[in-house]
Amino acid sequence: MFSIIQKRKLYYLLSLLVIVPGLIAMIYSTVTFGTPVRLSVDFTGGSLFGLQFAGPTTEDAIRGVLAQYGEGNATIQRLGRPEDNSWQVRTSFMEAEKVNQIKTALGAVAPLDTNRSTFDSVSPAVGGEVTRAALIAVAVAAVAILMFIWFAFRRVPHAVRYATCAIVAMLHDILVTMGLMSLAGLFLRWEVDALFLTAMLTVIGFSVQDTIVVYDRIRENIPKYRGEPFEAIVNHSLLETLQRSLTTQLNAIFVMICILLFGGATIKQFIAVILVGMISGTYSSLFNAVPLVVSWELGEFRTLFGLLGTRRAQV
Amino acid sequence: MRDRTYGWLIFVVVIAVAAILVDTANLDYQRPTGLTGEDRAQPVWAKLLFWQAPERRTVKIAQGLDLQGGLQVLLEADVPANTQVASEDMDAALQVIRNRIDALGVTEPLVQRSGDRRIVLELPGVSDPDLAISTVRQQAFLEFVDAGYTDIPEGTKIRTTISTASEVTPTESVTSTLPVTATSPLTATSPVTSGGTLSGTETLTESQTIYNTVITGKDLASVRVTRGQLNEPEVAFQLKPTATEIFGTFTAANNEGVLGGRRYYLCIVLDKIVVSCPSIKSAIPDGQGVITLGGNATTEQAATLALQLRSGSLPIALRVAESRAIGPTLGQDSVRRSITAGIIGVLVVLVFMLVYYRLPGVLADLALITFALVSLALYKLIPVTLTLPGIAGFLLSTGMAVDANVLIFERMKEELRAGRSLAAAVEAGFDRAWTAIRDSNLSTLITCVILFWFGSNFGASMVKGFAITLFLGVLISMFTAITVTHTLLRALMRGFGEKLRNQHWLMGV
Repeated sequence: MFSIIQKRKLYYLLSLLVIVPGLIAMIYSTVTFGTPVRLSVDFTGGSLFGLQFAGPTTEDAIRGVLAQYGEGNATIQRLGRPEDNSWQVRTSFMEAEKVNQIKTALGAVAPLDTNRSTFDSVSPAVGGEVTRAALIAVAVAAVAILMFIWFAFRRVPHAVRYATCAIVAMLHDILVTMGLMSLAGLFLRWEVDALFLTAMLTVIGFSVQDTIVVYDRIRENIPKYRGEPFEAIVNHSLLETLQRSLTTQLNAIFVMICILLFGGATIKQFIAVILVGMISGTYSSLFNAVPLVVSWELGEFRTLFGLLGTRRAQV
Repeated sequence: MRDRTYGWLIFVVVIAVAAILVDTANLDYQRPTGLTGEDRAQPVWAKLLFWQAPERRTVKIAQGLDLQGGLQVLLEADVPANTQVASEDMDAALQVIRNRIDALGVTEPLVQRSGDRRIVLELPGVSDPDLAISTVRQQAFLEFVDAGYTDIPEGTKIRTTISTASEVTPTESVTSTLPVTATSPLTATSPVTSGGTLSGTETLTESQTIYNTVITGKDLASVRVTRGQLNEPEVAFQLKPTATEIFGTFTAANNEGVLGGRRYYLCIVLDKIVVSCPSIKSAIPDGQGVITLGGNATTEQAATLALQLRSGSLPIALRVAESRAIGPTLGQDSVRRSITAGIIGVLVVLVFMLVYYRLPGVLADLALITFALVSLALYKLIPVTLTLPGIAGFLLSTGMAVDANVLIFERMKEELRAGRSLAAAVEAGFDRAWTAIRDSNLSTLITCVILFWFGSNFGASMVKGFAITLFLGVLISMFTAITVTHTLLRALMRGFGEKLRNQHWLMGV
């Protein structure tokens, strides 16, 4: 019989190894730019143009046009390959009239395909509200799920521990996806928008789903294996549900990869976040949330997993 | 047991057939404009969709702005942040904007309140943000127009002596034109060829005549809904002093009494569109008037008219807080590619389930196909506006649908390995997997509700679309897991139970 739970310290270590680089990136980003991730106009307010030209143009040409309207210090970047003639421009918040003037002026410099372009403007006030709503959404989601698990497992001894460990796994997933976005923001200029929040909340939902499936089996197995040590019962439960977790995960990954390969460009970043997040979610469910319940039961938090003392878990 | 299994089987088939019928249908019914009361022309299918708005009932896929391209605008009351905006004022502004958007001829626009002080506009196919935004931002303009002996139908677009709302200060200009308009018969006014100034207004019957404006919204002091002698709803208004005088002169000259019973009409026009055309019964010297709406008018109609009257005189300024313009071709590219991606993704899952679970895999595939059919049917019936994240939400929920089957089958396999009979393993597999399916899906539903709240809070229809499709997907997947997979498994046991007893390979064990 495989012993999975028994090697839990290894899993905690692995999680730390994944989270720490992301944390460093977030700290670096906060010190340098003021925010842990690169925020899109959805949150900060501002104007964002996705410009599709029918022929080649240069950054200088675009900047020249913007400078005429007092937006000379806009962020201009090329999207895709040079022959795609696709550009992204980010400026401070502009009124619709000004956006339209710039659109016309850009069209005069290079052939602009307005049918394939996007022009977004979000006022800073709305952006601020979105940020606040986003933080509330995540907090409310966490509390709601905590209450739900507590309720669903109310007959299991120490139900609140299960809920808390599920929330720890959830924080793990948030840190992994935020870390990913922070790194991608530093190196690939990926921005966190309203869709990212959707991606993250989905990941949380799925992660909790995985966690609950194993918890459900523990709930069933506790009376069944009465007399066996808790650690062994949890190990049984994890093994019994492992195939389901992997099969489901594999199916979801198939779909995600198909969308990544064949789907529209506009949701690629969104799907990439979900893909990474889902892998993190399954990992955190099986190798964090579930073992943490055992660690708690065995009082390992008090000794910091044996680092402070010699109190060992009875295997 | 036998009867119940076959009963369920028939139920599943009926659901699947109904879903296919809805999926292949493409229906659209629009109630004729100006129709109030009972709609006799309404087809039977439209009557059944009682939850949809009575004006328009459809059975078709509604595409979001990101798919078909268009303009999304978030308007905000232009007042200091801590100032309270009256709800009636916002409703009034909403009504005016709706009229203007209708006048622009945008197909299937969405105009709705978002929170206390905001209005969301979604204008599919509008590629020029400037036109839409400038139309929306001008102040609403209400006129009382001298229509002579003509009862102009509701919804007619007319021309008046005040050419545009923006270039005049109404009260002054009205006062100066009044002596002429009060007595001159309408037929004498020179016909004007209607110019194509507004694109897309062809659907509206544009009158050739220029009508005289008697008073404007600026002249109204108050408006409220009252009851007439027969308890029928009416709209009462009070004019400001200067306008009272003008109005008194006008109504003294033109009313049923002095004209020997001939009806003389005074139309209420909001942004050049006729809202209502009451006739003048008698002179109104005190500036207090009552607009009767006819015997079978409802209180709601009276309230709407009162609102429109009030909104015309309402100087609520709106500013554009957010605007997003998406090129139409960009959206179409995304649709095509996402649909391809979705189909490939689902095919891969179908093949995987078949190879991995064999005979039960076939059932899971059938359940998944039913899931997709029912989902699509519900999107069309509710209707759910499909956006790119919405499609992603649907694809994710197919993952959930598969998960329910995987949970059941894995449990079944365990029970088979433990030496149970096939029929017992099926039942045990289902029963034991159910708590896991229920609890895990409930947590996703909770997340969906929170996402929906987040999405509707600031008009992020993308997030909302995702939350709706995922929410529906989770519910439908629970339904298909209970009915389709379970019923098919039982039916299979009925039909081939004995033969399958030792076919462990076929059962995926």
